[in-house]
Amino acid sequence: MGYPHHPHPRETTVLSKHFGEADARTLDGWKKRGGYKALEKALGMQPVDIVNVVKESGLRGRGGAGFPTGLKWSFMKPGDGKPHYLCCNADESEPGTFKDRELMRWTPHALVEGCAIGAYAIGAETAYVYIRGEFTEPLHWMEQAVKEAYAAGIIGKNAMGTGKRIDVHVHRGAGAYICGEETALMESLEGRRGNPRIKPPFPAVSGVFGKPTTINNVETLIAAAPILMNGGDWYKKMSLSNPKSTGTKLFSVCGNVQRPGTYEVVMGFPFKEFLYDLCGGPLHGRKFKAVIPGGASVPIQTMEEAEGTLMDYEGFVAGGSMLGSGGVIVIDDAQPMVTVIARLARFFAHESCGQCTQCREGTAWTTKIVERIRDGEGTIEDLDTLLDIAEQMTGKTICVLSDSCAVPVVSGIKKFRGEFEALIQGRRFHPVTAAVA
Amino acid sequence: MTPDLVGGLESPDYASHDRAAHEPYTPVFTGAVKHELDELLTHYPTKMAALLPALWIVQRERGWVSEEGMVEVAGFLELTPAYVKGVVTFYTMYHQHPVGKYFIQVCTTSPCGICGAEDVVKALLRHTNAGELGITSQDGRFTVIEVECLGACGFATPVMVNEEFIESMTPEKVPELLARLP
Repeated sequence: MGYPHHPHPRETTVLSKHFGEADARTLDGWKKRGGYKALEKALGMQPVDIVNVVKESGLRGRGGAGFPTGLKWSFMKPGDGKPHYLCCNADESEPGTFKDRELMRWTPHALVEGCAIGAYAIGAETAYVYIRGEFTEPLHWMEQAVKEAYAAGIIGKNAMGTGKRIDVHVHRGAGAYICGEETALMESLEGRRGNPRIKPPFPAVSGVFGKPTTINNVETLIAAAPILMNGGDWYKKMSLSNPKSTGTKLFSVCGNVQRPGTYEVVMGFPFKEFLYDLCGGPLHGRKFKAVIPGGASVPIQTMEEAEGTLMDYEGFVAGGSMLGSGGVIVIDDAQPMVTVIARLARFFAHESCGQCTQCREGTAWTTKIVERIRDGEGTIEDLDTLLDIAEQMTGKTICVLSDSCAVPVVSGIKKFRGEFEALIQGRRFHPVTAAVA
Repeated sequence: MTPDLVGGLESPDYASHDRAAHEPYTPVFTGAVKHELDELLTHYPTKMAALLPALWIVQRERGWVSEEGMVEVAGFLELTPAYVKGVVTFYTMYHQHPVGKYFIQVCTTSPCGICGAEDVVKALLRHTNAGELGITSQDGRFTVIEVECLGACGFATPVMVNEEFIESMTPEKVPELLARLP
């Protein structure tokens, strides 16, 4: 639901149904709402059957990449004699995204249940929930939920009396955006600096502690329970557009909009109606100018693009962007685009782990140039330099942080070039051009 | 994290921290805290994996992570102090120097930036008398810093005071926030 607002009648609340209900955070409250029935059902099934139900549902990763969850789980081979691990990626740090925060602070037991189901399905006895260090409130509720679940025998060495061992541990990060990248997350969990690893080997072959590992987003794991209870077909039918995008999706909305919050809609919902109807449209006297629909790493959309978009994996691509993490940043006509882009570039420069030259140097250089333009000291050649750097930063590094920095810059220059040029033309004294003249 | 490669954010002046930094070090991991660490070690197949949680404990007990703290952690986890320092310096949340009694972090990344986060920073710097980012106020009470995305963009501007997370901060609400801190 559109927490912190009343649920909108056009939302379809599956995962966010109990947002705002303090009672749902406790084990008793969660059980009253049907909690842990899905885990009970799962533990009575064969792991391969759980994987098949999830495959059938069409569920795709909700962290950003959109990889089919059932397929990812099927890469793990239970019974191969090695310890397996499940990592829940709760390092939600993508600017604009705060859906996992709401899931964990309102329905922590849903995640414990999701982790237990996921762990059992992939033959893992241990699941780690890696929560970013700044999320003190979600951390508190998750730790309490895990404690309650252990005390009630729901998880532990004899999970729900089935003789199966499922441990769930909460692990706190310490301030590093890059640890949301799955291989960096595993490095961090092992007690190292969060430097992403080169793939292959992929985590399903050699993941955390060198063992087969699956990494899933919070929302993905929580979705597993209702899918098991209602069947893959039920989930698959929730789609308004494209059969490749199924189920409901949480979108966290922020920026210059009447009702920022976390909304849950069926895949394929019209983005225009979402922005103007559910989110209440622009602030009084203002107009929307642009939207970054999937967290800071996806291309900026013009309003023309956004208003024609259907909200699913394919729809956002057709609309010139990506669904990403579902973090919708709305920008109105009072905001200078160059300032917005400069601040995003600075974010990526700050968060680069520094392993790859293209990223370490590229993010810092990009920031310097965009800030120079913002301050009225840029030249028209700077735009070509930025595009050139962006090209050198794309597809050439161990992880995609470098690409993510290039994305808002390239899409910004392409779609809002006029704003860059206006700042450049009205520029103040510039020593380099003055010397040449 | 990497240091601020692009400039703009000044390095804090640590002169005011000298006193706390020169107090004699007493071990953190004794008694109940040692048991806490022992319990943590059961969560992982390697000792190294308990490094981040162990550093959190040091910071909770001492307010920051000193070189002596790193050496102590290294001893328990069978790591070298240099390795531990390498990890500490990667993550932004471990304080490598003493900070004010109230360590205030303000999100200024774009989503909050377009909702007026800069004004919240200015109000905090003015009302705490810290004056500048990263510098502790004369009375030792406040250190204010800007941070990257706190992950609560719909509740702009989020502010963290030590471990407390506060949503929807505005310049007008700053005096009220500071007044309730003991």
